[in-house]
Amino acid sequence: MKIKVFYFARLKETLKFSTEDLVLPDDVFASTLTLLKLKAHLAKRSDVWQQMLMGKLKVRGAINHVLVDDHAPISDGDEVAFFPPVTGG
Amino acid sequence: MTVRVQTQDFDAGFEISQLRSARKDTGAVVSFVGLVRDLNEGDQVSQLTLEHYPGMTEKALEAIVSQAQSRWNIFEVTVIHRVGTLQATEQIVLVTVAGAHRGEAFKACEFIMDYLKTEAPFWKKERTQAGERWLDAKNTDDAARERWNK
Repeated sequence: MKIKVFYFARLKETLKFSTEDLVLPDDVFASTLTLLKLKAHLAKRSDVWQQMLMGKLKVRGAINHVLVDDHAPISDGDEVAFFPPVTGG
Repeated sequence: MTVRVQTQDFDAGFEISQLRSARKDTGAVVSFVGLVRDLNEGDQVSQLTLEHYPGMTEKALEAIVSQAQSRWNIFEVTVIHRVGTLQATEQIVLVTVAGAHRGEAFKACEFIMDYLKTEAPFWKKERTQAGERWLDAKNTDDAARERWNK
């Protein structure tokens, strides 16, 4: 499965990543890949990733430009984004 | 509807006149303008930088305006949100709603702002004497949005 992942604001700065193309072996996830499973997978990269994605900080996610919750399923070719709660206006 | 995300400033008076002249049965135009303040949480703020998610931002704003249009009998809506680096007293956001009567226009304008603050992908970072810091989302903003679902 191939997806594109974007990071914004505090996440982008701390992780030093704004976007990446991710190729995930299909057998990594027993069942459907969800936002939460992807976060847990990325969190294994290092303590900083763990802290930013699975720590105390609230992380919101979007799939194909729509805000979704942790249980939303991710499909091949999707654009996924992780970011802190929004603060515009 | 008109939705714009831009670095340059906007002229609220011009935007209002555009909505005013769009149709002759408009009886009310309600506008909100959000500004950069030089003070936040007790600290002097020298400048504010707004980041956004190009591609999603416009769609999120359009979805919010559509919701308002299906909820209230309003005519035209203009939303302009700036991004980039802004100084104190500069304009950040404009929401202008035109309708037949003020009641629905007031409600729709407030609804759009409450949803914009909690669902549109913008993030503020401010510079103070101690350095730069990302702003945290406020619970009061979530509460302001939730009251529309009661």
